[in-house]
Amino acid sequence: MTTKAISPTDGKAAGNTKQAGLRRWLKWLPSLTFVVAAALLLISISQPYWGLVLQAPQYPGGLQMRVFVNYMTGDEDPRLDEVREIDGLNHYIGMKSLYEAAKFERSIAIPVVILMIGLLLIAAGLQRRWTWVLTIPALTFPFVFLADLAFWMTNYGQNLDPYAPLSSAIQPFTPPILGEGVIGQFSTVAYVDTGWYIIFAGAVLIAIGLAIKLIGKLRTERG
Amino acid sequence: MISHKFSSRVLFIGAVILVAIVLTVVVSPRVSTTAQSGATDWQAIAAERGLTEADLRAAAMTYTPSGVMDEYVMFASAGQGGQVLAIGLPSMRLLRLISVFTPESWQGYGYGAGNEVLEQGFIDGQEILWGDTHHPALSETNGEYDGQWLFIGDKANGRVAVIDLRDFETKQIVHNPAFLNDHGGTFVTPNTEYIVEGGQYGLPLGGDYAPLADYQNSYSGMITFWKFDRDTGRIDYSQSFAMELPPYWQDLCDSGKGVSEGWIFCNSFNAEMATGGIESGNPPFEAGVSRGAVDYLHIININAAEAVFQNGGAVDIAGFNVIPLETAIANNLLYLAPEPRSPHGADVTPRGDFIVVGGKLDPHVSVYSFQRIQDTIAAGTTETDAFGVPVLPLESVLEAQVELGLGPLHTVFDNQGYAYTSLFLDSAVARWSIGAEGYRPQDGWTLISKTPVQYNVGHLAAAEGDTASPDGNYLVALNKWSVDRFLSTGPLLPQNLQLIDISQPGDFTQILYDLPITGAEPHYAQIIAADKLNAWEVYPEVGWDPFTQSVDPNAVLQGTEGITRDGNNVNVRMTAVRSHFTPEHVEIQAGDHVTWTITNVERARDATHGFSIPFYNINLSIEPGESITFEFDATRSGVFSFYCTEFCSALHLEMMGYLLIPE
Repeated sequence: MTTKAISPTDGKAAGNTKQAGLRRWLKWLPSLTFVVAAALLLISISQPYWGLVLQAPQYPGGLQMRVFVNYMTGDEDPRLDEVREIDGLNHYIGMKSLYEAAKFERSIAIPVVILMIGLLLIAAGLQRRWTWVLTIPALTFPFVFLADLAFWMTNYGQNLDPYAPLSSAIQPFTPPILGEGVIGQFSTVAYVDTGWYIIFAGAVLIAIGLAIKLIGKLRTERG
Repeated sequence: MISHKFSSRVLFIGAVILVAIVLTVVVSPRVSTTAQSGATDWQAIAAERGLTEADLRAAAMTYTPSGVMDEYVMFASAGQGGQVLAIGLPSMRLLRLISVFTPESWQGYGYGAGNEVLEQGFIDGQEILWGDTHHPALSETNGEYDGQWLFIGDKANGRVAVIDLRDFETKQIVHNPAFLNDHGGTFVTPNTEYIVEGGQYGLPLGGDYAPLADYQNSYSGMITFWKFDRDTGRIDYSQSFAMELPPYWQDLCDSGKGVSEGWIFCNSFNAEMATGGIESGNPPFEAGVSRGAVDYLHIININAAEAVFQNGGAVDIAGFNVIPLETAIANNLLYLAPEPRSPHGADVTPRGDFIVVGGKLDPHVSVYSFQRIQDTIAAGTTETDAFGVPVLPLESVLEAQVELGLGPLHTVFDNQGYAYTSLFLDSAVARWSIGAEGYRPQDGWTLISKTPVQYNVGHLAAAEGDTASPDGNYLVALNKWSVDRFLSTGPLLPQNLQLIDISQPGDFTQILYDLPITGAEPHYAQIIAADKLNAWEVYPEVGWDPFTQSVDPNAVLQGTEGITRDGNNVNVRMTAVRSHFTPEHVEIQAGDHVTWTITNVERARDATHGFSIPFYNINLSIEPGESITFEFDATRSGVFSFYCTEFCSALHLEMMGYLLIPE
């Protein structure tokens, strides 16, 4: 509006050009966020999504478990297989082996991530009304991951072998998926790790892209 | 000076706090009735215990709080116990007993595991299940300890063992069949090409018999050069050789280094070739071997000896390569230099330029110059001993003699240009200055101070004190007698290892700590900087065989346990993990020959399991990752409760099973 006052003739043309540029930008920006989100998903495979640190007097350095999207491991020190160690300790309270947990999810994790990446790329490249639906898996992935984790933690904590050596001392419990807990002489800290933050950042980007798409659509309908 | 006073004060305060804590625990009932506030007052506690300021300084220099690591590790032989001790300095805490020549049940050594190593040390099928460990030698690179291997000799049976410092366990025992005792070993050449084992008492070679009347003609001395192969971690028997020496009772040896690299020096103490016989009216050995005015320092050219051996100059004696004495003489491999009578020690200075020989029965140390030795050899000498070995005139090779006191035995070195010599009869350690360039030319060759020790000091060990660059800081006197130092535990008394502060120049030294050793006589020791050691925390992989230092293909993994039978041969495959063995029921038949493999599948540090079978004399220590296979014949039927002998977990008592052998 102000440009009009300064330069009534050229101004209008310039304004039109600018508006056209903005529209183009708004049109392709969501696609850009989807592509970046797809890249983040790919990167997240190499990073742990979730971690658990256990502290007890006889483990001065603590025990650490790191959960990647498709496997579990200890910390970087290869000398002690810490998941195995935690598993060994868990048998005293009658907890099932961690290696049996989420076996199906872990087995399909990589194909699913690749599928989500593919869907995101289709959504980015194919500008149709319905393609936003393809972003929903990646958008909800961080929360689905945590929900599945919570399911397994509860499943494991609540289903202790009643004949385990320490069954009289440790009652069934629900381990927290985030924050501090206590199991026997162990104090635990559970936290989401780098990989989860990466997919969460991807989800935020997708949400922004969808919002831009929505705004653009509303403007088009109004204009 | 100011900073010295300041640091002394800091140390003093630290020590007093320590003593206060100890006293709080020990005398708190008494203190609480007399002076309520005194229970935590370190000054009151120190006064109550009668501790002097010097005592508190010593405590501050040695007290090492829980979880704090020592600066040095001392490897001390455990004498007739046939073992080696690892001791932390300055705390003087005993860190590890290493079984070498003697079975030991804590480590399960010789009770189902380690038997293949012990059997290597049997001589002509004769079981020998002990040793008299004397001189531990750490492997060296460029004349510095490298922390990889430790070697130790058995004086009684003339054997040498190899210990791998990745797991502190014995891997090999070798024996030179041409000879049957040693003393001047082990010492390594500056890059551990050879492990030197000097002999001691003269013997007929190859285990033969000869009458003592024929001593001069039929008895010999010997020095063995064991070739070490770092890649295999083993002594290479075929590349090892020995050299025949005159029967002079060679004693302590040392390798040349720096300028003297390629040469070996040994003192001797029976140039008289006395043969004893007190019961027949002859002078006893103690008098006979000391009758003559001189003995001989042996000077051996190991590089030339190696060339002679490689060119076929050795003969086969009892299956071993031995360079005969006449060949050694003909090839200029051996020279002698007179020493004061019945000396002890031939210790090479850090730069390799001097050899120090302790007088033992003479109050001096005699210092020989390697340069003078070379010059004299080059000039040629006409003098020989009775066997034709060239003798270098004393006046042409001697650099200095320093009068130290009574009974000078063994000399070690520090980083300030001082040497330290044990004075057995004086029960003291002499600090003296090496008056040569590179040491303390400003002081000359002179005695600086004497530190009384308790009592009858034999060898000394200084921090990295026999390397090319000693550290100084600490000296340990290995005292043979403790007499009144400790509470009486009956007529057999411990040895007393005393830690001495040698960090300050001049005449200040201080005894910091007394460590009683009850295992046996720690004869000799070496002290290595702790950061040079890099021992494994657990075995690298599950199924590890420490004998081969690789994964045993026969190891048992979880899920593969079981019992199989082939005729009378039964194979038991078992895993151990907190807190159970799998399987827990092992049923076999009387008369079976049992081969039993147990793998500890643990990966946690310190999660060691034991395994014992009553009656069958089996007890193992299975460290995390380790796999052990043992065999026995099921000669007796019955029910045998096997169990874990290393307290492993809250359910350790439940970690057992039954071996069932029906009649």
